[in-house]
Amino acid sequence: MSFKNLDQLYRSVIMDHYKKPRNKGSLEDGSVTIDLNNPTCGDRIHLTLQVTNGIVENAKFDGEGCSISMASASMMTQAVKGKPVEEALNLSTIFSDMMLGKELDDSIDLGDIESLSGVSKFPARIKCATLAWKAMEKGVENESHS
Amino acid sequence: MINKDIRSYFPILNQEVNGYPLVYLDSAATSQKPVQVIEALRKYYEFDNSNVHRGVHTLGNRATESYEGAREKVRNFISAKSTQEVIFMRGTTTALNTVAQSYGEANVQEGDEIVITYMEHHSNIIPWQQLAKEKGAILKYVDLEEDGTLSLEKVRATITQRTKIVSIMYVSNVLGTMNPIKEITQIAHENGAVMVVDGAQAAPHLRIDVQDLDCDFFAFSGHKMCGPTGIGVLYGKKELLEQMEPVEFGGEMIDFVGLYDSTWKELPWKFEGGTPIIAGAVGLAAAIDFLEEIGLDEIEKHEHELAAYAMDRMSTINGLTIYGPKDPGKRAGIVTFNVNDVHPHDLATVLDMNGIAVRAGHHCAQPLMKWLQVSATARASFYVYNSEEDIDRLVAGLSTAKEYFNDVF
Repeated sequence: MSFKNLDQLYRSVIMDHYKKPRNKGSLEDGSVTIDLNNPTCGDRIHLTLQVTNGIVENAKFDGEGCSISMASASMMTQAVKGKPVEEALNLSTIFSDMMLGKELDDSIDLGDIESLSGVSKFPARIKCATLAWKAMEKGVENESHS
Repeated sequence: MINKDIRSYFPILNQEVNGYPLVYLDSAATSQKPVQVIEALRKYYEFDNSNVHRGVHTLGNRATESYEGAREKVRNFISAKSTQEVIFMRGTTTALNTVAQSYGEANVQEGDEIVITYMEHHSNIIPWQQLAKEKGAILKYVDLEEDGTLSLEKVRATITQRTKIVSIMYVSNVLGTMNPIKEITQIAHENGAVMVVDGAQAAPHLRIDVQDLDCDFFAFSGHKMCGPTGIGVLYGKKELLEQMEPVEFGGEMIDFVGLYDSTWKELPWKFEGGTPIIAGAVGLAAAIDFLEEIGLDEIEKHEHELAAYAMDRMSTINGLTIYGPKDPGKRAGIVTFNVNDVHPHDLATVLDMNGIAVRAGHHCAQPLMKWLQVSATARASFYVYNSEEDIDRLVAGLSTAKEYFNDVF
């Protein structure tokens, strides 16, 4: 078979993040810990964030799941590190829009994250890609309420 | 092996998925439906649709006859003594919940034991968990042998005089293991416990004889055996069902209703509150006719042969692990596996791109996944319409997936 269809989903950037995840592990001095799983498939993420004065200073993740879920977690932690909470949440909204297949504003530079855009063509896999982002949203929300 | 023409009865199989002819290997989740079943549903709605047991008009009589005729068909299919022992339900889950909520509620006390196994489906774990919590009873698990089978010694060691209910699946939806239900029932009875059988993966594939098994309850779903979704059966021994209270109250299940008290209909109707699943029962009857025409013994043989062929062919793939008994004779047509370095979801997506439908995930058996020390697995499950060619396609798809993940990246 041709790999053309699959290449929309599994870009080399994704596989690189899957095989060499960034920010893998757990922050011992993290201010927020979130455990989230996808009950339909068993994917699991353990996310720790260090949020100080409204800035996500550091982020690490652990867990198990498919290449899409783990690569997405790797990219998410990379993207939100050093960003104000508001900006991290905004990025998450952009990511959700991308999963829904919406056209994105050209001025937004998503870096590696853009490689996940193909997931929108695979509805069964969208939940894999959004798991880490949902965890981040939940964590940041908890922090802003504390 | 079953004649290949059988495929022509399943119109859904005659399509392309992602540019390839469909290979459907997810029958343990739900089976496909033959034209006979689709036609029976269409005819029922086109000519006979009416409510049952109340109208005096012709359609009401026809619907009642079809519905009760389906009950007789099920009685014969599982060799129950009487149609009073055959209760139509939504599926296996509802049937098991009914036993827990009705029989369990009345018969389990604090300190009593309920025995299940590590391989159970969530629908045969959670109703018992809930019952045990509510009653202060103890939920005990029979451990598995290394190959994913049950040993009668361990079953014997787990069931005691305090055990009130033993509830075990006949065929594992993950390992494919066929459990020695008849022997386990005997052990349960020797200890004064009732035996509940989750027959969801057995009824479609093996000849079921509830009298020979001597089990007290047997639950199964129609949709896994060529029937429609939304219909299933709870079989129970008459003397037990007679003592039990219904769990759903309302229309259809009553005898006399006063302002402050009511009485129930006799069996089996006291457990069938509300308008029953009439078309579902009609479809299930057509499915039973279809399966019996092929012959359950033939179906079982066909699946053993497919499992053996699949295990043989799949073992040629480097880094592929098959879970459960190595002896295909000990398993139904279910092969659950993992491929090194490729997550089962990724595997399932690549197979889907090749038109091959398999299941990936925990298969509603999280305790078993933990026991296997994996978070998820891929599963190919076979039925009457599958052939060796389907398995060849699966093996080619798996090789493609391996190549893609190991060589392309």
